[in-house]
Amino acid sequence: MSPLGWTQAVRVAVVVFPGTNCEHDTVLALTELGADADLVRHTEGSLDGYDAVVLPGGFAHGDYLRPGAIARFSPVMESVRRAATQGKPVLGICNGFQILTEARLLPGALMANGGGRFLCEMVECEITSTSSSITSGASLGQVLRLPINHFEGRFTCAPTALKDMEASGRVLLRYRSNPNGSLSSIAAVANETGTVIGLMPHPERASTALMDSTDGRVLLSSFLDSAERRRDMKGASATGITAWP
Amino acid sequence: MKFTASVEVSLLAGIANPEAATIEHSLPLLGITTVSDVQVGRLFRFVVDAHDAEAALETARSLADRLLANPVMERAEVAVGPWRDASR
Repeated sequence: MSPLGWTQAVRVAVVVFPGTNCEHDTVLALTELGADADLVRHTEGSLDGYDAVVLPGGFAHGDYLRPGAIARFSPVMESVRRAATQGKPVLGICNGFQILTEARLLPGALMANGGGRFLCEMVECEITSTSSSITSGASLGQVLRLPINHFEGRFTCAPTALKDMEASGRVLLRYRSNPNGSLSSIAAVANETGTVIGLMPHPERASTALMDSTDGRVLLSSFLDSAERRRDMKGASATGITAWP
Repeated sequence: MKFTASVEVSLLAGIANPEAATIEHSLPLLGITTVSDVQVGRLFRFVVDAHDAEAALETARSLADRLLANPVMERAEVAVGPWRDASR
């Protein structure tokens, strides 16, 4: 039995691109929550054996051109797209968020921070929607202390896309101090089904007391629980996408 | 036939560019007070092998739209001209 009470461990693919550097932290944090997490290379063709996918932080392909612009064309991204279509939880953390926007699996783009500086600090983020695979176990208005570590974290999108996301509860976390100048202080967003998530702060770096915060655990455990629920529902109905209430 | 293509990528109007703002703010240090509206973009140049200029332009546009620019925040201007051997 896992710490989260599943009978069978949730299998998570943690995708590694050339230049990814948060994969081991991510695997460790997920493993401590009871998941069975594997490193999967960007050249991999299939993710069919996994219940969930994480694109961790780093500098995929050196962040050349734009962060995520080249990673988007990696062979594994077709499988990530398929996993997303199947309703499997897909989480992009930091550089992973950038890759998911470049791949158009999430709306918007992440631009250089408003202040022109690389940011590496602990920030407070507020949960603004619980209708997603990473916030279902959190409460609305809950404030999480999470580290950020990025140069291109300023979220931007078309005004219509912002309106759509806000109306449908797809803005999941907002910075309290908006350190990077993101549109509407956005720190995390979801796709239409709440299963593909982009998250700029690093939950894996706030997962043990040694790290000054354990607030990332609620996001990662929600993510794993969502994957487990989907797997069980899939066993029952085999219909694919999980709709959020 | 070979053609020279250039793609100029710049941010869409209205999107703040901290790099351009930083450059602009530094100008008084140089004693320059008559320059404004600084913009920063990127210029890509490459050689395309194609039957004619139209086909070369199509390839360059495809590259610009799919990879070199992100339409969420950027625009791309694409131009194609006769190839000149730069090594001569």
